Amino acid sequence: MTVAVNTEETGKKIAEAIPGSVVSSDKESLTVDSKALAQVADFLKNTPELEFDYLTVLTAVDYLDYFEVVYRLVSLRNNQSLMLKTRVYGRENLTVPSVTGIWRAAYYQEREIFDLLGIKFEGHPDLRRLLLWEGFKGHPLRRDYL
Amino acid sequence: MEIIRPDVYTPQEADIAEGKLINSFVENCTSQYPDPDKWLDEAIHRNMLLTTVDAAVAWARQRSIFPLIFGTACCAFEMIAASGPSFVLSRFGMDIIRFSPRQADVMMIAGTITWKMATAARMIYDQMPEPKWVIAVGACAISGGTFRESYSVVPGVNRIMPVDVYIPGCPPRPEAMIHGVNRLHAKIVKGTIDNPNLALK
Repeated sequence: MTVAVNTEETGKKIAEAIPGSVVSSDKESLTVDSKALAQVADFLKNTPELEFDYLTVLTAVDYLDYFEVVYRLVSLRNNQSLMLKTRVYGRENLTVPSVTGIWRAAYYQEREIFDLLGIKFEGHPDLRRLLLWEGFKGHPLRRDYL
Repeated sequence: MEIIRPDVYTPQEADIAEGKLINSFVENCTSQYPDPDKWLDEAIHRNMLLTTVDAAVAWARQRSIFPLIFGTACCAFEMIAASGPSFVLSRFGMDIIRFSPRQADVMMIAGTITWKMATAARMIYDQMPEPKWVIAVGACAISGGTFRESYSVVPGVNRIMPVDVYIPGCPPRPEAMIHGVNRLHAKIVKGTIDNPNLALK
């Protein structure tokens, strides 16, 4: 089993390296600003004592006021895990930077989130619908669907 | 310890009872039963068997159906169990399960069909040679089941192809599968050469 990393300490490290990126950090998760997400992801992967090289789950949640994109990261070398979150506000034209260049595992899961929740990932090489077909109206996992 | 079994004959008594029964057969069975085919003349009686072409072809078709497996969910496992050694679906002529639609006669749709899968299912149905039949196995294939209200599930495969037999269950037991196959046999027997699957015209 992986051990959850201390998110408050990790949040301080990130805030030192990339000022203004960390929105909040509690015991379970670390929430960052969506504009700085690509930088934070690069920092988490390439800093020697963190080295989160494995993205196990990428998903998103609809809280009606905002959408939360959740990244579950694992460091295979240090046997640590981290829950990274970012928020995007509004209902239309939602954009989050893509992390496909950093973790290749995000490729299909970003396409799935785009399909079912309608969040666009900037920088994704081929952002198309994954499970539903072209021409489907709406995004069915949104809470105001139907 | 002695076991008392008063209802059981001793060997001598059993022999006597059997001898009486045999003697009664010898005394009473003196005349023959009449031949049910006596009305046929001698040559036909020995060499021929009369039927209609429709009945002969339907009978042959009924006992040599090749099923096409189209399992998309848990019902497929019940179908695999039905064709396995415990329930031996091959007793009913469904011996060889085909994975190519061009060699199959009956398509067993087992499982949830989504709208994205519906195009593939219809294409496979179109590739099957005539005459062809369809069995819808399980609640999802019949009506969409639990997922009927969903945005992505076909509410019943009879929206994309004609269905001959519906086997209810979630999933149906292998016995139900066998019963459905028997119902299909009953339907095939009624078919004729020019309308083998009793299609509406």
